[in-house]
Amino acid sequence: MEDEVVLLDLWASPFAIRVKIALEEKGIKYECKQEDLFNKSHLLLEMNPIHKKIPVLIHNGKPISESLIIVQYIDQVWNHKSPLLPSDPYQRSQALFWADYIDKKIYGIGRRIWMGKEDQEEAKEELIQTFKTIERELGDKLYFGGESIGYVDVALVPFTSWFYTYETCANCGIEAACPKLIAWAKRCKENESVSKALTDPLEIYGYLLQLKKRLELQ
Amino acid sequence: MSKEELVILDCWVSPFCMRVKIALSEKGLEYEARAEDLFGGKSDLLLNSNPIYKKVPVFLHNAKPLCESTIIVNYIDETWSSPPLLPPCSYGRAQARFWADFIDKKVFDAGGNIWRSKGEAPVEAKREFIEILKQLEEALGDKDFFSGDTFGFVDIIAIPLTSWFYAIEKLGNFKVEDECPIFSAWMKRCLKRESVAKVLPDPEKVYEFVIMFRKMQGIE
Repeated sequence: MEDEVVLLDLWASPFAIRVKIALEEKGIKYECKQEDLFNKSHLLLEMNPIHKKIPVLIHNGKPISESLIIVQYIDQVWNHKSPLLPSDPYQRSQALFWADYIDKKIYGIGRRIWMGKEDQEEAKEELIQTFKTIERELGDKLYFGGESIGYVDVALVPFTSWFYTYETCANCGIEAACPKLIAWAKRCKENESVSKALTDPLEIYGYLLQLKKRLELQ
Repeated sequence: MSKEELVILDCWVSPFCMRVKIALSEKGLEYEARAEDLFGGKSDLLLNSNPIYKKVPVFLHNAKPLCESTIIVNYIDETWSSPPLLPPCSYGRAQARFWADFIDKKVFDAGGNIWRSKGEAPVEAKREFIEILKQLEEALGDKDFFSGDTFGFVDIIAIPLTSWFYAIEKLGNFKVEDECPIFSAWMKRCLKRESVAKVLPDPEKVYEFVIMFRKMQGIE
């Protein structure tokens, strides 16, 4: 029996892109259903009643929520190729740590930048410091996963489409501050799973401007 | 086989440290708990082992540091496989991780909105706290523990936070048992386990700590 894999998605979401990259890496066919966050479908509310958020992966009718948990699930279930997490428990714990760090920092700090309120300057400083910390962790490796893309790469790379927004909103100077990270981002895009899934930076900028307007109206 | 060196950089009142100690105890592992003075001055070992967050717990396995309690408990489960803390199937594990993540994101902060408040605890904060416990009650259903018949990962992530409930109840002027009897029954069930009973501090002592902390922060 063939697997039925459905992704409840929002094209701009870096969290959903993580899942798409993971599915592509494993060569899994899936159906993508677009959600409107201001008008959520019954299916989304039924499949993720706790958070009511995308992405949700529905595997043979059973839902999994939270992007990093979904990526771990994909890595475990479809373990025939492209392992994303290391097999060694200590290395795995380090990968989980850094993905968690990315989750704790990037979206929240980035939001303060594109919302453009009084805390924007402070957020800009924090973002650069965060990227520098992440860059130090990359070191001289090709990818966070070593020779090929892994869990941490999947967790972070979707946010690279947002660099244009951060630069345009607050002149962050990411390229000057973190050249290794920029080089890593380019390298990631050489992987088809990444280049297929990544959103266009200009489209993201347009999307976030619209989102900001809508949020301010609420 | 040479003896493993297991050390936890610890603070007695931290529910996050308690998680690690319970997990180690469940696995029958001996470890050294080194108390950190979080107010007086963190040790060099802590600052070097956890330069990103500078927080406890840090678990040192043969001097290799691991940080973030949920990640540490996961590591302990993977490294010492018996008895297993996570369910065997991938879907069960994903559900367990989901609930651990929910607990991590919600419970301590919601409790904090009550015990950190000046004067009478806001009604909204109490409502939110109870709502979160009710969601956990739904996840429990009529199971003894979160993943079924056996005490496991989600129980270990959740139970230490309940050592702060007495303090939260006193400051919020409500009782968890009245509002969430299923959750309360689960708490009692967990407290019967030796690994939990010997790790969780006396709730009165936690309450004293919270009062002292409030004074320090100028809340009283």
